Amino acid sequence: MAQFKLPANSRISEGKTWPAPQGTGNIKRFRVYRWNPDEGQNPRLDTYQVDMDSCGPMVLDALIKIKNEIDPTLTFRRSCREGICGSCAMNIDGTNTLACTKACDDVSGDVRVYPLPHMPVVKDLVPDLTHFYAQYASIQPWMQTQTPAPPDQERLQSKEDRAKLDGLYECILCACCSTSCPSYWWNGDRYLGPAILLQAYRWIVDSRDESTGERLDDLEDPFKLYRCHTIMNCTKTCPKGLNPAKAIGEIKKLLIERRT
Amino acid sequence: MSLRTPIKIARGLGSAKDGVHHWWVQRVTAVALVPLVVWFVFAVASLSGADYASVRAWVGQPFTTVMLVLLIAVAFHHAQLGLQVVIEDYVSAKGPQIAALILVKFLAVLMAVIGIVAVLRIAFGG
Repeated sequence: MAQFKLPANSRISEGKTWPAPQGTGNIKRFRVYRWNPDEGQNPRLDTYQVDMDSCGPMVLDALIKIKNEIDPTLTFRRSCREGICGSCAMNIDGTNTLACTKACDDVSGDVRVYPLPHMPVVKDLVPDLTHFYAQYASIQPWMQTQTPAPPDQERLQSKEDRAKLDGLYECILCACCSTSCPSYWWNGDRYLGPAILLQAYRWIVDSRDESTGERLDDLEDPFKLYRCHTIMNCTKTCPKGLNPAKAIGEIKKLLIERRT
Repeated sequence: MSLRTPIKIARGLGSAKDGVHHWWVQRVTAVALVPLVVWFVFAVASLSGADYASVRAWVGQPFTTVMLVLLIAVAFHHAQLGLQVVIEDYVSAKGPQIAALILVKFLAVLMAVIGIVAVLRIAFGG
């Protein structure tokens, strides 16, 4: 059965509350999920109090400030700090998003920060995305053609065909959508999830790719594709404002189209 | 710790090359149920207060018989398709999953046949 309750060793206990900084009235509390595999203990929720007068505007700024000034053991991924690398995807204030583009001011009250839901945790806010990346590799996300590339120019594409990639090419594979999807939670071992299906559609709809049929063949599966029940969490949570649910709907339409 | 590579696990047993038919039939039966259920609700509401003999006579009318048989067949087909998805979603252990899928299929056919035979007995039984 699908698990609806956290296993005993995953239940979260109250952690340490770090002292508030002196000489400021502008303090925001960050409640952060902590788990260290080396300690052999259950995860806990630490409370950090951050002086917002000397902190950048985004949640990532606060996390970096916490790591630099309060607790260097806090572990999280980050790189570009401008919403293009997808490294700092995490669950903030109950929604999957990028810490670098989520403003602290947009959260009223304490800022609750957890790792992406329903993924194995490596440490603190770092989830294990191995299977997610392997699923991405399994859809062969590169151009496949029988026709050799023209020797003297790139493969051409009409402006209309190029426009079909808008809303797809912007995906940064941060995994916010897939880890917000209940179907991916229950059946992520076989269901590809919204991010990977959006990427698959990006190659299916590319006018230059010649493996459209084989790509559809590979997706025509009750679990790989049809675990999508149009729940729409993916579209609601996407920090880039994309619509994975629509891309999945387009794949389903193409599968009908080729048999009618 | 698995010694299999992540790609080996992600690819699994490959595509079943199936699922479109199930998805499509679920939608077609849903569309068919719209007029059937609307008709059924209004028909039953207009029968409120009617006695046994007049309801029996209503079921025996050719149009009513056809509509009721269609409603029962389509509704149980649709319900079975939907329950199949629920079971596949939430029952991951293969043994219980297959047992539940077979049970739901059997029950759906059984109840549909019971319903249709009941309607036909009234229609043709006299």
